Amino acid sequence: MATIDETRTAEGSEETPKYKVIGTRPIRHDGSDKVTGRALYGADIKVKGMIFGAVLRSPHAHANIKSIDTSKAEAFPGVRAVVTSADLPEPGDKIAELGEGAVVLNHLSSNNLARTKVLYKGHAVAAVAADNLHIAQEAASLIEVEYEVLPPVMNVLKAMEDDAPVLNPDVRTEEASTGETGDKPSNIAKHIVFEKGDLEKGFADAKYVVEREFRTSTVHQGYIEPHVATVLWNNDGQITVWTPTQGTFSVRSQMAELLHVPLARVKVVPAEIGGGFGGKISVYLAPAAAVLSRKAGVPVQIVMDRADVLQATGPTPGSFIRIKMGVDADGRLTAAEAWMAYEAGGYPGSPIGAGAMCVFSCYDIPNGRVEGYDVCVNKPRTNAYRAPGATNAAFATETVVDELCEQMGMSPLEFRLLNASKEGTRRIDGVTYPRIGLVETLEAIKNSEHYNTPLTGENQGRGIGSGFWFNAGLKSAVTATVNSDGSVGLLEGSTDIGGSRTAIAMQFAEAIGLAAEDIKPAVVDTDSVGYTDVTGGSRVTYATGWAAYEAAQDLKRQIVSRAAELWEVDPDLVSYEDGSVIGPDKSMTFKEIAIELSLGGEPLVGRGVSNHNEPGGAFGTHLVDVEVDPDTGKVDILRYTAAQDCGTAIHPAYVEGQIQGGAVQGIGWGLNEEYWYDEAGSMRNANFLDYRIPTCYDLPMIDPIIVEVPNPGHPYGVRGVGEVPIVPPPAALEAAIYDAVGVRMYELPMSPPRVLHELLKKES
Amino acid sequence: MAKKRIVTATVNGREEEFLCQPRQTLLEVLRNTLGLTGAKEGCSNGNCGACSVVIDGKAVNTCMVLAVEAEGANIETIEGLAPVDGLDPLQEAFLENAALQCGICTPGFIMSAKAFLDENPNPTEEEIRFSMAGNLCRCTGYDKIVRAIQQAAETRCAQSASCEKETV
Amino acid sequence: MPRLFIPPLLKPYCKGAAEAVVEGTTVREAVESLDEMYPGVKERLCPEGTLRAGLAVTVDQNVTPRGLSEKVTPESEIHFLPAIGGG
Repeated sequence: MATIDETRTAEGSEETPKYKVIGTRPIRHDGSDKVTGRALYGADIKVKGMIFGAVLRSPHAHANIKSIDTSKAEAFPGVRAVVTSADLPEPGDKIAELGEGAVVLNHLSSNNLARTKVLYKGHAVAAVAADNLHIAQEAASLIEVEYEVLPPVMNVLKAMEDDAPVLNPDVRTEEASTGETGDKPSNIAKHIVFEKGDLEKGFADAKYVVEREFRTSTVHQGYIEPHVATVLWNNDGQITVWTPTQGTFSVRSQMAELLHVPLARVKVVPAEIGGGFGGKISVYLAPAAAVLSRKAGVPVQIVMDRADVLQATGPTPGSFIRIKMGVDADGRLTAAEAWMAYEAGGYPGSPIGAGAMCVFSCYDIPNGRVEGYDVCVNKPRTNAYRAPGATNAAFATETVVDELCEQMGMSPLEFRLLNASKEGTRRIDGVTYPRIGLVETLEAIKNSEHYNTPLTGENQGRGIGSGFWFNAGLKSAVTATVNSDGSVGLLEGSTDIGGSRTAIAMQFAEAIGLAAEDIKPAVVDTDSVGYTDVTGGSRVTYATGWAAYEAAQDLKRQIVSRAAELWEVDPDLVSYEDGSVIGPDKSMTFKEIAIELSLGGEPLVGRGVSNHNEPGGAFGTHLVDVEVDPDTGKVDILRYTAAQDCGTAIHPAYVEGQIQGGAVQGIGWGLNEEYWYDEAGSMRNANFLDYRIPTCYDLPMIDPIIVEVPNPGHPYGVRGVGEVPIVPPPAALEAAIYDAVGVRMYELPMSPPRVLHELLKKES
Repeated sequence: MAKKRIVTATVNGREEEFLCQPRQTLLEVLRNTLGLTGAKEGCSNGNCGACSVVIDGKAVNTCMVLAVEAEGANIETIEGLAPVDGLDPLQEAFLENAALQCGICTPGFIMSAKAFLDENPNPTEEEIRFSMAGNLCRCTGYDKIVRAIQQAAETRCAQSASCEKETV
Repeated sequence: MPRLFIPPLLKPYCKGAAEAVVEGTTVREAVESLDEMYPGVKERLCPEGTLRAGLAVTVDQNVTPRGLSEKVTPESEIHFLPAIGGG
């Protein structure tokens, strides 16, 4: 099959490509299965003898559970098992490390099956397994739950008030880094502060100061595949979970902790995963399916519907943010202050820490203070969503920057070039940057044809915004098995959401001197590969790619030593270069030596692991042109360009895809998407018609510019790509709307009614 | 519970007979009775297009069709699209343009695009975007999907003499 | 000597200091050194000898997966920041 683009160098360039495989665009290894419908996603898994589960969910946003009567459901013909929280072990007060940070087990367990309280509409209360789904659903509706309905708390600022109804009696405000806790239960779970320099002096030095308040709505990751879990609790106590997840090993740990079983008794088999974006790390269905399976004695599959996904799985927080920034007469930032409150949902754990570290991350600011709060409200427990916490923060900061530029009469791009973070810049939280590429993304935009083409139409405007994400390293393991024909199987534990099998295989191929097509990558279960952290944090191409690189180095060492044996020469005289093993008077390609060695001696198996922590933060700068309809407030995107530093683009087509897809999620967040709640705390738009993610008709082409500032902390210079592109769009769109029609938007989404409201206000 | 019915339909060129309950959707029967899991359930209410197949030449969300309504229909699913010895131009174009990331929406997109290109072999970008707006993708931002459909249209035109290029 | 940046909320336990020059070749030793200057502060950062849940250690520019065991050099900077997860 043809590749998309044979060479990496620009047309007409004389430069020799640095790499042979990296930077090319091979067809992905799992591609054929995915365009023919053969790939098996979560709900496509059929296990022999399996029955089907349904979950009973709370109709109330906030209530005490007085009693649950399951007798009618149990008596319903075709029902095989019914479970409630009483079927899960008592979690106690343990805090466990479960893949993406510390989790209070009681909260995770109660989020799977509510114990004493329901904390959001859609909160799981009980589950039924039956011969088919229809029976399970009918039976679930027969479960009688007596609720004592409590007033819901839906707004982050209201939830912080002293007299607000408290969601969790065990939550007290914890001061991050000291562990001091408040003297009474509170919805404020955590308080964070960062400081740098002298804030008062910084603002005293400023000539221009802008202070604004921002609100952002709850939005969802919106993956097209609903959550699914199929679980067999076998007669010997072994538990097998088939599920689409971002982290099989994280699911294994969560199951072991929640079910109080030894880790080794849980095996997690990854199904193909239909999108995640951070939302498929926590377990929602597998624990209930497991205890149903134990009771029924057969495998149980539970599939969510779309309403369940929106109402009961991790959205990203709504937030309130106040930003104040000051600039001196020369246009240099002198001070910045942020006050941020993020909604955690029913249980603590919003990404306030990341939001607080990202809020001023694009700027070199001598004096600053950031204060952040993690606040429980009666909404589903939030989970990671692409650069969690950063998009809310960037919307606020970048909008204030745009206003400062307007006051100063300075170009927003020149302002950013003057104040941009670079190597050595110290963030407000204290950490300095290694070599980063923000300036390069700004320059890429400045030099783009888009930036240099003026807008001419009425009601049209242009906006710019930048964004940052840390990226992550963490643990990965890869096993490389050499076949007798010289091809290589690559076993890995990183579930593949967007083509990472190929990006990992390409790094292995580059290192060993083979073609990408010679490598056969396989994502395998938790019994079949070494521990691997979640597919998240933009870490897989960096970290699992590095593990694959190490597996190649391991194989090379073995090949050198075995070739020396074979040729009866001193190993010091043998080397491995450019895909061949070279001796004093002989050389063989990888394939030749692999075939030769397969005839005698032990099998060739390479081992690679990584746990590096220099992922090299990544930055993006986006430029957008819009046209605003003054009669309806609708914003149309005319043109969109997104520049991002990705270190080294392993497979440029999929790097572009990450940038385009992330940008469009950011556009949806900026213009359309929001949870609408009524006064009772019930989500009124829990479907894809009313919770409207962008369609292809809403968008133009998204032009990506790949900027490559190699990360010195990776053998091939990789930086993570996936998270950053969601960060700038709302801010860039806000600036463009203002440029078009002269109204500032301080609340997301900037939907037609809100824009129209501001336009009418301006007219009167 | 209502009595099961026997339904006869052509599925990927073969006559199939299946038993179903009146409340079962065609999607449920395709996936669970006929084992054709290429059509995916993304929303169950006709908003995401992941369950798209072609019925009598039209792209249809099978979560919105009752299985009993399929009596006598000619149903084409993703499983029947590729020739035995290769891939359909749409499938090739999706691979070559990296028009999928997680891939869950891909079968629906390809089947919708097939019905669309059968009717409009030489579409503009605007026409593609308008006609594919019933299929949601959350990963790609659609850019590469639109390009893949453009490329597939060109390949299909080149393969078929009946496609007349519009003069610009 | 390594520089340990004191989180603002911890300053009251450190007589208002924003940072301290500490001794040690690991983060653990650095924290012990800080605790000698400001007794009780160790229990705040690392109750029962392990890093407080929800905190992460950054040495120089990078969050370390090794936590308190991470090696530090005389030129190192040590930060205690919220642990974060990605999407």
